Amino acid sequence: MVPASTKGAGVSDPIIRIQQLEKSFGPLRVLDGLSFDVQPGEKLALIGPSGSGKTTILRMLMTLETISGGRIEVCGEPLYHMQRGGREVPADEAHLHHMRRHIGMVFQHFNLFPHKSVLDNITLAPMLTKGEPRAKAEAHAMELLDMVGLAEKARAMPSQLSGGQKQRVAIARALALKPRIMLFDEVTSALDPELVEEVLLVMKRLAAETDMTMLLVTHEMGFAHEFADRVLFFDKGRIIEQGPPEQIFTHPTHERTQTFLRKIIAAGHRV
Amino acid sequence: MTDWSGYLTLILQGALVTAQLTVMGCALALVAAFVAGLGRLAPFAPLRWLATVYIEFFRGTSIFVQLFWVYFVLPFAGITLSPLMAGVLALGLNVGAYGAEVVRGAILSVPKDQYEATIALNLTRLQRMRHVILPQAVPLMLPTFGNNAIELLKATAVVSLISLSDMTFQAQVVRAQTGNTLVPFLAILILYFAMASLISYAVRLLERRMTRGLDGVR
Repeated sequence: MVPASTKGAGVSDPIIRIQQLEKSFGPLRVLDGLSFDVQPGEKLALIGPSGSGKTTILRMLMTLETISGGRIEVCGEPLYHMQRGGREVPADEAHLHHMRRHIGMVFQHFNLFPHKSVLDNITLAPMLTKGEPRAKAEAHAMELLDMVGLAEKARAMPSQLSGGQKQRVAIARALALKPRIMLFDEVTSALDPELVEEVLLVMKRLAAETDMTMLLVTHEMGFAHEFADRVLFFDKGRIIEQGPPEQIFTHPTHERTQTFLRKIIAAGHRV
Repeated sequence: MTDWSGYLTLILQGALVTAQLTVMGCALALVAAFVAGLGRLAPFAPLRWLATVYIEFFRGTSIFVQLFWVYFVLPFAGITLSPLMAGVLALGLNVGAYGAEVVRGAILSVPKDQYEATIALNLTRLQRMRHVILPQAVPLMLPTFGNNAIELLKATAVVSLISLSDMTFQAQVVRAQTGNTLVPFLAILILYFAMASLISYAVRLLERRMTRGLDGVR
């Protein structure tokens, strides 16, 4: 494992730079000129009501949605643009492939491959995209399974696992490619309440032990509080308020943030 | 008293032709179905058009007409095929057009989640198809492929029109020579049914093999 992150260094070049980002689904405008930077190693929590555009941002970073306007830079390179003949043109599949190696993602519904064993789920991408020999990929996969506490499930099929176990495998699978940026999209929302904790524990360890940059979309305010260096509160595709978790959760300045947090607490989520 | 053994041999020789046509026709149909089915989903528009034209054309015209074109018209373009090859080509391309829609439908029915996971894991388009999408889509295709194969078996009878002596043709010959209707037609009834059952059984076996470990998923 890599040494713990140097929190608040904040002076280096941002690892993610989002500028004037726009996204529309048909007539529906989800993001309208959104800009923010993420520093290397930073742990960011994106919170806000449903439909506020948080998940869309992660999906655009993972190239699962196209952008409607604006610009995203990842690791100093534009994600959706590339140079050709001295001009900047829209990125092609080869450029996206080149950029995706920086980024990993964990999904709300795990998205494990049902026809592959736990071990094969994890080794597939390293063997295919990095050409790792099976033995090496499997050794690394076993380390990752050990880290998420599921080494004994290596030969199991996904259908034999609980939701919490599936999600931990999905985290191991995303880590196997050693991305510099990890995106977590409501990773506990589809889990039974008693299975949430085991997944959060893995993520806490990950946050503490690596210098990976992490972006987290969540409704678990307590976890966001503990996990994040910075919290962004979104509403209607804009950042209403941002700051360290202590500030956002205990002294939110904006009225909409206060209303949102009150509703969440009333709904029984821990803060 | 008729000596049936010689006549039955005749019918069995016809059965061999029918079996040959079915096996080779199915092989061609399978290839055509995958090429055209994947073509319909290709990111390049010309490929999609080409696949669509093939599928619509072969589904929209009769197998008789297709067979006549392959056997009687292609020679004018300098392509002369043996009756067997002509039969395989017409049957394979005809059934392949139906199979292409099966391939396309099955691929599209793999959940979007799975595509997204392959993108997040940075697999190339080809790797996504080969390692994640097709292994989940093929088991969905199998039952319909089984039906298509049986359809193809039954359609092989049309080849008698281009002078191939398949099972149905031989039964007619036997009937004409012996004047007996029941025996030859009962024989081919049983033979067609046996062949169709064999196809069903093989497909079921394959299905069971391919869905192993997928229980609880669908």
